[in-house]
Order: sequence, then structure tokens, then C-alpha cells
Amino acid sequence: MAGIYIHIPFCKQACYYCDFHFSTSLKKKDSLINALINEIKLRKHTLQNKRIETIYFGGGTPSLLNISELHLLIETVYNNFEVVETPEITLEANPDDLTTEKIIELSKTPINRLSIGVQSFFDDDLKMMNRAHNASESKKCLSVATQYFNNITIDLIYGIPNMSLQKWHKNLEIAFSFSVNHISSYALTVEPKTALHSFINSGKYPPLNEALALQHFNHLVETTAQQGFVHYEISNFGKPQFFSKHNTSYWQGKWYLGIGPSAHSFFGDQRAWNVSNNAKYIAAIEKKEPPVTHENLSNNDRFNEYIMTGLRTIWGVSFNRVETEFGSNTLNRLKKTAEKFIAEGLLNIVNEAKPSSTPKKGEFLQNTSSNSVLKTTNKGKFLADGIAAELFILS
Amino acid sequence: MKNIRNFCIIAHIDHGKSTLADRLLDFTGSVTDREKQDQLLDSMDLERERGITIKSHAIQMDYEFNGEKYVLNLIDTPGHVDFSYEVSRSIAACEGALLIVDAAQSIQAQTISNLYLALENDLEIIPVLNKVDLPSANPEEVTDDIVDLLGCDPEDVIHASGKTGFGIENVLAAVINRIPAPKGNPDEPLQALIFDSVYNPFRGVETYFRVINGSIKKGQEIKFIATNKKYFADEVGTLKLKQLPKKEIKAGDVGYLITGIKDAREVKVGDTITDSKEPTKNAISGFEDVKPMVFAGIYPVDTEDYEELRASMEKLQLNDASLIFAPESSAALGFGFRCGFLGMLHMEIIQERLEREFDMTVITTVPNVSYHAYTKKQPDDIIIVNNPSDLPDPSTLDRVEEPYIKATIITKADFVGNVMSLCIEKRGQITNQTYLTTERVELNFDMPLAEIVFDFYDRLKTVSKGYASFDYHPIGMKPSKLVRVDILLNAQTVDALSALIHADNAQTIGKKMCEKLKELIPRQQFDIPIQAAIGAKIISRETIKALRKDVTAKCYGGDISRKRKLLEKQKKGKKRMRQVGNVEIPQQAFMAVLKLND
Repeated sequence: MAGIYIHIPFCKQACYYCDFHFSTSLKKKDSLINALINEIKLRKHTLQNKRIETIYFGGGTPSLLNISELHLLIETVYNNFEVVETPEITLEANPDDLTTEKIIELSKTPINRLSIGVQSFFDDDLKMMNRAHNASESKKCLSVATQYFNNITIDLIYGIPNMSLQKWHKNLEIAFSFSVNHISSYALTVEPKTALHSFINSGKYPPLNEALALQHFNHLVETTAQQGFVHYEISNFGKPQFFSKHNTSYWQGKWYLGIGPSAHSFFGDQRAWNVSNNAKYIAAIEKKEPPVTHENLSNNDRFNEYIMTGLRTIWGVSFNRVETEFGSNTLNRLKKTAEKFIAEGLLNIVNEAKPSSTPKKGEFLQNTSSNSVLKTTNKGKFLADGIAAELFILS
Repeated sequence: MKNIRNFCIIAHIDHGKSTLADRLLDFTGSVTDREKQDQLLDSMDLERERGITIKSHAIQMDYEFNGEKYVLNLIDTPGHVDFSYEVSRSIAACEGALLIVDAAQSIQAQTISNLYLALENDLEIIPVLNKVDLPSANPEEVTDDIVDLLGCDPEDVIHASGKTGFGIENVLAAVINRIPAPKGNPDEPLQALIFDSVYNPFRGVETYFRVINGSIKKGQEIKFIATNKKYFADEVGTLKLKQLPKKEIKAGDVGYLITGIKDAREVKVGDTITDSKEPTKNAISGFEDVKPMVFAGIYPVDTEDYEELRASMEKLQLNDASLIFAPESSAALGFGFRCGFLGMLHMEIIQERLEREFDMTVITTVPNVSYHAYTKKQPDDIIIVNNPSDLPDPSTLDRVEEPYIKATIITKADFVGNVMSLCIEKRGQITNQTYLTTERVELNFDMPLAEIVFDFYDRLKTVSKGYASFDYHPIGMKPSKLVRVDILLNAQTVDALSALIHADNAQTIGKKMCEKLKELIPRQQFDIPIQAAIGAKIISRETIKALRKDVTAKCYGGDISRKRKLLEKQKKGKKRMRQVGNVEIPQQAFMAVLKLND
């Protein structure tokens, strides 16, 4: 099983905090879509006939594409790959693009999941981040979208300087009121070379406040749990059955093919990424030479990635898997380096009994192998990167 | 002997000494095209990278002039004050010196002090105005400076460019015509001056020498006078780009000697080589045992590497006899070594060589000079304090003395005020001020050596916009009012961060140390108080706030690889940190007090 990511590198305007690859000029849109279609065809063998479970349109702003363009891309995937019967097909969309007409049209396509970039239900926050939409557009599009799609996720940003806990709480309350089944919620992050970075440096914006972000995060974890969401990854909260299948594959090491400029792919022991430049991308595809850079992963690289991603999720780092894939020495070393964090209450070891086969009648807890899994505690989650780095093995 | 010329080069850093030397080698055909590379004589990578000369080097060139064949021995000398003793011995091995002056920058303090040294040794000085091809060159004015300084004729100043090769022929002609041939008697007992040595892991120590009288022959039994040790001259020869073995090196000439010595400490620069059976009556004057000026602790980052560090230091000492060390232990850092260095540059070089050549990651503690302490009980017995923690309890202390230096600074008239304020801040007392020209001023100060250790060079560079040069020599001990400023991290004293500071500056420096450490110590999962204290009295306090968020919000397809690399880099950085109590301290924090004004 594998996934396909398609990057749509266009936006109407630039959000101040964003460091993804995009262009605000739509002039090349047609030739780019053409190139995307050709790249899908050129790279059809890279996933070694694995069946496609998920397709994800990310960006940029994929909702800038019209229905026939989306159809064309989906069709091309179907024509070149074997796709499972009911794949998860996600479209990232901005509220200002999601008019009632567009939502209805989208609901008639194979797209069955919307990821809506709400970010905040308050206009002053949206303005501060230079978002293209306003709060009432968000509310309106949500009330319509929830009628046509049952699988909807929204993005919310917390830790915005001067955002009170009350305001953050209100954001969550509004989200819950639309009965969305999934929330991706991010701490505002200052990435280098973004407008936000230079505004903070020049004093135009107040600097970020970690204590505030932590407070918001704890509140988020608490209130989503009360609403029945599972906190399955640092920034992702989903009702059971509504976790993002596509994103989960990133953290669980499934293969994926990234189509479009700057898109990344993963093929088990190799990562690959496309050039982050629309013109170069289009030119290369025209020459039938996808502009891909490859990186082979060493054992250490794969171990480190597993630690890094595992500690972000509820699935944690499985001792069985570490032992099978990396050997018992590596496992022992991991256990030793983890001790300190366990003592500090940042990590814990959870024993997950898993039946080795479906228990027959009368069989009870026999034939079960217990697997220990290393996980971050709630206290450790906000420090997961630093902890992961400590558990890394350097070559 | 009449066709031998021995000369050295006196120049300030960056005045083009090494490039000019390269051109001389080119011009005399001493190097083939294949052997050519920049800074030929600087054999250590470290020297090439930093553009400095650390070791003395020698090379012999053959040159035909007016139908006669000449042998020219060039002795290249280090250009830094830390190595001024080596420079003095190289000068003593020559009859002449090229005084290389940058046509744009004119004469600098280091040049002047080495020039005086050369004049004391009666060397013939050939002034060379280098880099005349630069647009910023100011040949007339700089020539005037040189004439003022040497009392020579303006025509004696040779214009040259190491870069283009202009004037090199004139330099060579002057070396032959103006520098006297060596005087010496080949029939007298052997008397040769050691001016440097190089450690060769396969052949042992190679000793570089200049024969004053007599001659040295392959197989001869010889004696080093200062160490009183005897050896057989297994191999002697001259120093071409590669060594060229010879049967005999005669009076007036320069060469190398291999005796199988395995420890550089047996070969002391300035020592006299003589025949063991028929020794000379006179050792060559000017020999000194070099004394370390700056002390610091060197500790392994990983306590388990102590024995490996010892082995590495021993090996390093085999080829750098000026490094001394003795085991010591620190409550904070465990076992390590207290090391003595010739100066701050020497200390940096040792640390860098340990890392490069021996792959040792080390922590160097706050450097200090050597103090003399006297207790009330025994006011006449010197206690030598090479480590702040050795300072006796203040209540039992009678007095403390610290080493003073005479500092020479040459700067532009515009910066005299700035330089003076800096030196006075550094507890200096001005002793002399001379206008060398209307634009250039020489200032002399008596200053505590300890103040040079503490960020003096960098500040001097800043206050003079780079237009100041500096040189010093020790002038003895003077009483001083010193206190020990301790640093507490998480309420625990970290002895490796203690420093002896003049009582009047203790408050300010303690405060700055706390601020600097706050900047350098990474945040951890708890608040870390940093305090500076004199005895039980806390004089300053800062807090490193706990790290609350250490995770990026997003980690999708494209982020994984980038993020892994970022975290791996972070972890590599942590390998250079030392755990003291439950606080992780990065390597550079231990040197933080040296850069308090950055």
C-alpha cells in the first residue's frame, strides 16, 4: 500500500508565517498542471506496483484548481496506478475558495476529505497572518461543507502573541460546534526567511511566547479529549476512524510518491525530492527528466527517523520493531538512553498485549506476545524533538 | 664560506612574508612547478589556513650572481609575540634580515621589536617595501617611515611585490651584496646554534642548526651543552625543499641533524651543539629555558577519555617542547591537566592540534597567568598559583603578586585616545609616548599580563579599527589586589569557571560572566540560576529559563529528512557539552570570560 502527494504551488497571497513552496503568480498554472500529469506518467513505476490507498492534494492552495483540473489529475493517477476501492482523497482548501457551488461540485468528484485552512475564527488573527479569507467565510463554508462531506479536518493555529486563553478556547468551541471530525492544530512557528521572521526581528511583531504556546497546547489536548478526539500525533486530533490515513503513512514509514515542485517521496530506504522552483520543474518534465534528488538512508538514518516520528505519535516506538530491524544492541542502547527521560516523566513504556492470532474460545491471554512501546507522556510531547535527538544514534 | 648568506625575514602578519619567500624560492629555481603551492614554508595545515607561521623553517637556495655561485639560507620565523624567543634564536643564526613592510600599512609594533632584536645582533637590515602593486600602496610615506626608523638612505629601500614577482631580483642582489658572509673558524671545535626542531614520527626529532665554528660530520659524537646529553650524528644535511644528506656541514652554513632523539624536550632551542670529545669552551649566549606565560586546564569532554588525552598530550609534547602539563582534578570536570602555554595563540594552537591530529574533544578552562601568593603565617614562602582554586583562603592571605609586562603599541594618532582608555581600563600605566611620524605613535605601558589574556587583542583591534599593533615582554612580579570570582550553576560552584580578578573589576566582570553564560548555556527542562560570588557573597545573578517547547508543529513528508538532519546536528553539538551536576555546559562557555565584550 502506498500514497500519492500532489503539490499545487500556487496561492492568492502569501501568509506571513509560511515557508512552503508556492508562487502568487498564476501565469504558469496551465503548464504546471500539464507537467504534473506528465510527472505522474513518468514516475508510474517508482512505487513498484503498490496499490494506492491515499491521494493528497497539498500546497500552496489546491482549491485554486477548478473541478476539471482536479478530475484530470485524479484520472491520471487511476490510469497509471492501481488504486484501492475506496481510497482517501484529500483536498487542502481555503475558506475563500469554498463557495457553496464549489463544495457541491467537489462532493461529486472522488475527493472525499476536505482539509480546510481556517487557522482562526477571529479576523484580527487572520489579518495578522495575512490570510486571504475572513472569519465569516470560514463559518459559512464549514456549515455548508459539513452537509456534503463527513470527513473534514480544519487547521487551527495557537500560540499567536497576545492571544488569550479565552480566545483560544473560543476558537476550539466554534470548531466543535461544526462537528468536524478532525483538527490539525499548530503552534505558530517562526520559520527563517519568512515575513513573520523579519517582522519579529524588526520589532514590528511581538516575539513568540513559549509559555503561552504551552498553555494553549495543554488546553487543546484537554478539550479535544473531552470532545472524543484522539491525540494521535503532536499536531493532529481525530475522532476514531477519522485519522488522516495519508499523513499517518508519513509517520508509519509507508511508501509515498510526491508529484510537483518541492514534493517529497519515500521508498523504504530512500527519500527523494523535487526541485522547489516552478520554472525549473516544468522545464525538466518537458525534457522527460523529473528533477529529483535522491538520498539513500543508512540504518542509523532509518532508526533516527523512526525515533523522531514514533515519539510524535500514539503508536510510539515499538521495541519489537527496533529489535527486528536494528538489532538487540540498538534496542538495549535505546532502553538505556531512554531511562533518564522515563525518570523525568517525559517518556513511558507501555506494554501493549497483542494477540498473536485471533484467540479461540477458551484461550485467554495465552499465545499473546506482549510488546513494549516507548511513548512520550503528555508532559514530554511538547519536548519531543529534543528527546528524540538524545535517543538518536550518530554515525 | 664567503659565498654563503644567512638571512631571516622580519615582517608583521599579513605583510606578505610567506608570499615573498615563495617568490624567492621560485626565482632561484629552488622549487619545481610541481612542488609549488602557496606558503611553501608553512608546512602545518594550521599555518596555511590561518596565514601565520608557527614554527621556524629554513630552506637553502642556490643562486648564481655575477658568474659566482652562492648559497642562500633563508630562515623563516614565526610572527607572533607568543614565539618571540624562537624568533630571537633564528635572528641569532643570521647575518642579515629582510625587513618586509607592507607599502599600505607601514611598520607595526611586532616588526619594530623584532627589528630591534636584529639590530642588537648586528644584523644587516635590508628594507623591502612589499605590495607596491596594490592601489592602496603609499610608497613615499612608508619609505619615509622606514628611513626614520633605520636611518638609512631612501635608495636602500627595495620596492617589491611578492604577488607579481616585481623587484625579487633586486632583493636577491641586495642579500648577496649587502649581507656580510658568515665569519667563523672551520678549524675550531664545533659550535652550532640550535634554532628550531621538528618532530618526525619516523625519524625522531630533526634539529635545525647554524654552525658558528668548526664543522659537524656524519657519524660524529656530539653533545648538547644545556642538556649535557650526547648523541651520534646519524645524519646531517642541508635543507632544500626536501632534506639533502651531506657528509659534513661547515662553519657558516645551516643544516639539519638527526640523532634518533624521540622527545622534543631534549632539543632546546638556543642550545649549543659541540663535539663530545673536543668541546667548545663557549656555549652560544642567549639560551633560555622557555617559560609558559598562560595556564589553563584541559579536560576531556568525556571523562572516559582521560588516558587517551594523556597519551595525546604526551605525543604532542614530543613535537612541541614548549607545552608543559601536569595532572590536576576539578570538582566539576573530573581528571584533566593543567597546561602551560607560551601565550594565547599557543593555547589555541594546542587545543586545535589535539582536536585535529588526535581527534580529542576537549574543554579548556578559563586561562590564567601564574601568580605568587604569600600567607600571613609564612610571608616569605612563595606559593605559585597556576590555577585559581590554588589561591589560599583570603583570610590567611598576606599578599598576592602578579606578572607584569611592558607593552608596546603602535597606532595611528587618531586612535591614541581610544587605545589609552583601553589600556587604563586594563590597569595599564603609560610609561612613554613617542610620535614616530606625525601620523604614527608608539605607546608604552606597564600592564598586568593577566589583562592581556582577557580579550585584550580583540578589543585593541576594535578600538583602533585594526590600526594598532602590539608587542610585549615580561618585566617581573608586582603586588596586586586579587580576588577569586566563583561561578555557581544551579547553586553548585563550578571550579573550572573560577577566575582571579582584580578586586576593583570583580563586580563588573562577575556580572558580565553571568550574562555571557546565560547566552551560551542552552536552556534545559528546568530553570538554571547562574550566580557569581566572591567567597560567600553573591555579586550577580541571572536565570536561564526552562525550555518549554522543543518540538516543531509540522512533520509531514518533506519535513522528515530535513528535520532528522537538524536534530542530528543538534545532537552533535551536544557531544561537545560537559555535564556538570545536572547542567550541560558547552565547550565555549568555559572560555566565555575571555569574550565578555562581544
